[in-house]
Amino acid sequence: MRITVTVDGTRYTDDVEPRTLLVHYLREQLGKVGTVVGCDTSNCGACTVHLDGHSVKSCSVLAVQADGCEVTTVEGLARDGTLHPVQQAFHDNHALQCGFCTPGMIMQSIDLLADNPDPDEQAVREGIEGNLCRCTGYQNIIRAVQDAAHHMRPGAGPEAERVAGGDQSAAGRAASSVGGGGE
Amino acid sequence: MIPAPFDYVAPSSVDDAVRALAEAGEDAKVIAGGQSLLPVLRMRLAAPTTVVDLGRIPELRGVRDDGDALVIGAMTTHYDVQRDPLLAEHALLLVKATDTVADPQVRHRGTFGGSLAHADPAGDLLAPALALDAEMVIAGQDGRRTVAAADFFQDFFTTAMAPEEILVEVRVPKHTGWHAHYEKFNRVAQAWSMVAVAAAVRTEGGRIAEARVGLTNMASVPVRARGVEQALVGQEATPEAIRAAAEHAAEGTSPTVDGNADVEYRQQLARVLTGRAITAAMAG
Ligand SMILES: Cc1cc2nc3c(=O)[nH]c(=O)nc-3n(C[C@H](O)[C@H](O)[C@H](O)COP(=O)(O)OP(=O)(O)OC[C@H]3O[C@@H](n4cnc5c(N)ncnc54)[C@H](O)[C@@H]3O)c2cc1C
Ligand code: FES
Ligand code: FES
Repeated sequence: MRITVTVDGTRYTDDVEPRTLLVHYLREQLGKVGTVVGCDTSNCGACTVHLDGHSVKSCSVLAVQADGCEVTTVEGLARDGTLHPVQQAFHDNHALQCGFCTPGMIMQSIDLLADNPDPDEQAVREGIEGNLCRCTGYQNIIRAVQDAAHHMRPGAGPEAERVAGGDQSAAGRAASSVGGGGE
Repeated sequence: MIPAPFDYVAPSSVDDAVRALAEAGEDAKVIAGGQSLLPVLRMRLAAPTTVVDLGRIPELRGVRDDGDALVIGAMTTHYDVQRDPLLAEHALLLVKATDTVADPQVRHRGTFGGSLAHADPAGDLLAPALALDAEMVIAGQDGRRTVAAADFFQDFFTTAMAPEEILVEVRVPKHTGWHAHYEKFNRVAQAWSMVAVAAAVRTEGGRIAEARVGLTNMASVPVRARGVEQALVGQEATPEAIRAAAEHAAEGTSPTVDGNADVEYRQQLARVLTGRAITAAMAG
């Protein structure tokens, strides 16, 4: 089946098998290996990307279901060498050890901040409930998300885009919903 | 793992979807949010020959006011249910239960209709639908029919729908101004309910005038705790009255035994969680 998907600001048209999972399309056909697979049960969240501005587990979406949609992966966040504020906060707060959960954690944290720009600790814990980390014990991840919230005030979404000078008019709900520049 | 190969169709109307299902025959499967189906396909626990995607049918999405009931499109996502003002006003119990489902990513994709059609006894939206006397509108080759929630859920993962039928929408009688709470017991994040209790209560002049209590995972299907409902009517919602009513919660239940809990443990949970659910509903 032929699909057209905009990924990190670039439009792709490709033939895929209906059974192809979005995460495999991203990794194997587009080479976007920043998004990883951590489980077979839809539990770990390592594969989280944004689909039309909302976080999804890309192992639990068929590539054909993303036809006509906009996808943002962790690879589409930095702008001209400047990290997204959430990426920067993960770096500053040592919010990772092995780093395998990090792409998904960052994408889900951005989604969380779009819904709730100033989450308390409990809200962060619940917001990243769908992402498992086997290393950090979550403490520094929570610190990073709250630190990012602080840096992204007043509004998570459009403010974060401004880092990149992305296309404001198309800015959706989530901070990364605009691929930025490519289109 | 990668699912076994299948043909894929994404019709744009309910009629086309019903036709596609009929044409594809026995081994066709509907996909809604895919949050239960895709894990099953990835594990190759199922291998449908054709997958019919309901995701491109606009009429299946959203909540509308229909006089004394709300009508919820089957493809309305958990995320949209959580934020719907009509549901918050007239069917708060559904919103409260949906808040406890899975995690944010799953709630962005998973649908209200998909949860009911999937009919997992641990699913969190079945007991609330039963408690609020919801009705399922089902489309098939011969048109549409309506089935009450009490008749819809038949067994583990089994509903009154034939394989070639589609759940189109759910009619929920308005419960405007009712107090509501969903009390869920699980042990780790994003886990399913071991047992959960859905409670909705209407008060009048300081006393409970009506009560609806549904139990999750206390049988192969959701069940109503009628004994609790009856014991609450006419009472003031004092801690003693709630405790006494909650004692009836496990009456007549024969829950499944699994590695998590035996019968007695589940029945004890049902009583304790019922007390908590009613207390929290009254406080909210
Ligand atoms: C990690 C994880 C945790 C979860 N935790 C919970 C939880 O705590 N509580 C809970 O209640 N759920 C939980 N779920 C399940 C989630 O709520 C699903 O969204 C839901 O069970 C199925 O909805 P869906 O739209 O994704 O359906 P799908 O997965 O697309 O379909 C499920 C089944 O229903 C059938 N079906 C779907 N829609 C229709 C329709 N309109 N007509 C006819 N048949 C249809 C499909 O053919 C399939 O057999 C969890 C899921 C995951 C991945
Ligand atoms: S790979 Fe684990 S949830 Fe997607
Ligand atoms: S840093 Fe290793 S899994 Fe999170």
